[in-house]
Amino acid sequence: MPHRTFFWFILPSLVAMALFIAFPLISVVAQSLFVEHEQVLIESEVCDPFTGCRKELTVDAVATAQLREAQPLGRFNGLGTYTDRNHLAFAEVAEAWRTSEGLADFGGQLMNLPFYKALAFTLTYTFVVTPLVIVLGLAIALGVNGLPKLFKGPTIFVSLLPMIVTPLIGSLILFWMIDARGIIGSSLQELTGDPNLSLKASPALTWLTLIVYGVWHSAPFGFIVFYAGLQTVPSETLEAAIVDGASRWERIRYVVIPHMAPLVVFVTLIQLMDNFRVFEPIVGFSAAANATSLSYFIYADLTDINARFGSAAATSVLTVIGVAILLAPVLVRTWRDFNRKRA
Amino acid sequence: MSAAVTRRPPAVALIATVLVVLWVVLAAFPFVWTVWGSFKVQGDFFSKADWTYALTGVRTMAETGSPFTGAGYEGAWVEREFWRAAVNTMIVVVFTVIISLTFGTLGGYALARSGYRYAFWLLMIALVFRAMPHITLVSGYLLPFFEWNLWGHLPTAIIVLVAINQPFTLWMLHSFFLNIPKDLDESAMVDGCTRFQAFRHVIVPVMWPGVITTGLFSFLLAYNDFAVTATLLSQQNQTMVPKIASFLGSTQVEGNVMFAVAAVVSATVPLFILILFFQRQIVSGLTAGAVKG
Repeated sequence: MPHRTFFWFILPSLVAMALFIAFPLISVVAQSLFVEHEQVLIESEVCDPFTGCRKELTVDAVATAQLREAQPLGRFNGLGTYTDRNHLAFAEVAEAWRTSEGLADFGGQLMNLPFYKALAFTLTYTFVVTPLVIVLGLAIALGVNGLPKLFKGPTIFVSLLPMIVTPLIGSLILFWMIDARGIIGSSLQELTGDPNLSLKASPALTWLTLIVYGVWHSAPFGFIVFYAGLQTVPSETLEAAIVDGASRWERIRYVVIPHMAPLVVFVTLIQLMDNFRVFEPIVGFSAAANATSLSYFIYADLTDINARFGSAAATSVLTVIGVAILLAPVLVRTWRDFNRKRA
Repeated sequence: MSAAVTRRPPAVALIATVLVVLWVVLAAFPFVWTVWGSFKVQGDFFSKADWTYALTGVRTMAETGSPFTGAGYEGAWVEREFWRAAVNTMIVVVFTVIISLTFGTLGGYALARSGYRYAFWLLMIALVFRAMPHITLVSGYLLPFFEWNLWGHLPTAIIVLVAINQPFTLWMLHSFFLNIPKDLDESAMVDGCTRFQAFRHVIVPVMWPGVITTGLFSFLLAYNDFAVTATLLSQQNQTMVPKIASFLGSTQVEGNVMFAVAAVVSATVPLFILILFFQRQIVSGLTAGAVKG
């Protein structure tokens, strides 16, 4: 296709992506270098006959508003936002490193810093949910594959529900069930014999709940992809393997698994991207006190009454860097494949 | 496949069946339970005394005189004007899907037919964009949108959702167009069509299966979105998902949480119908990307 024709065909898409994905990424970098203006203070002398004169500071609301109007970005702060207590917190981390007794204590101190707390949960969620989705998805796919044909359709229908449902809605549905007065919550109280047991109270239980939700929500994706893969396992190869006397395990090991490997890579890639931006469940489970993610941290900054654009932008930049690190192996591999094909 | 390949030892078959049954219950029960509970009063669905109240509807009976009540639905749809959010969602979703597909088919077609290196790089950039958490993009829009008075309107949310949707749409349609033989449009061009005429008269008539599948996923993205709609829309333009979230702020008031339950069930119904009619397309769409690798 000639360059010119290609250009006209791709133009609408390209403009949309440039304006609303590439531009905001640049805008985020710019915003992260600024912080909100401080309030403009006026010093005035107040005199009264009994105590004499003293100096008083008052907020000049008009001047503050004008300043904010004139320079909506705020004042330049350089990399200050990145290093402050709410982000990378270099000073606090160094302090914790010096004063802590052992790694556990150091980790505990890090968890008091909001950025590291969010990062810890995001990474834990990503790297626990992703493998579980693959294992559970594969197990369900193998199970459904052996079902009589009659049951396959309805099973797939039901399995799609947790994945298709709006994440916020899905998490609310589970949240209501695990409420101390909901069916799962009260059953757990019965089972453990602890009438005060609440899944919302402790950080560990909240993390566990969110991870269970994540697996429930994403396992169908793994299941569907692996199930489709199982339908295309080459049956001639399997039959040949049987003729050659391969055991059941050997057939799985040397025929099925190599066939499924590219699918595992695909599911891993999509899951890493999607789990890294975990956000809605934290809103749905009202879990912010015990578990925040990077996305939630940005959302909280943005929706606060005093929206902290600078802080949200700095977290966004750090998140994007995180995504880049996560994707780097895939991109490098694709690039190598591409070059090998051309060579 | 011959019987010898598919035959399994009874123990394996038993474990597999138990696992599948367990999964089906796990996947379906929360929905069944919530639909059932949405017709009860709060005292039953969140029962302090005994969870079986939710089944028997003791409090619902006492409060309303019948075992089922539509009070939650009435409160959400009439009193709290959930219908307005439903209308907004419909507008956002319909326009997002139509615009995404128009842009996406043109772009995806071009990417599938161009053999140049930059087409590959565009796809790679799209993949990177696909990985961006939506909220990081939102934090880039918010300040400019405030400044230029674009904040709060439905068209703003629509165009943002279209853009966020593009990387995925491009990838998906690109792989569908790769499956349509090149000879088809190239022979039309030999007969004197321009590239666009060939696209219009030869490709468009055969592309609908791919477009419908991609459209389903665009629909889901727009319908399920929370990050963009919650931050970019003003109160009266709110769509369903942020509206449900706003019900939660007032859960302390007795009965209000049932509004949220009713709203949640209402918002799930269209998704349920979608799977009912398009199960095959959803499954093929999920695997299309995988097969391409």
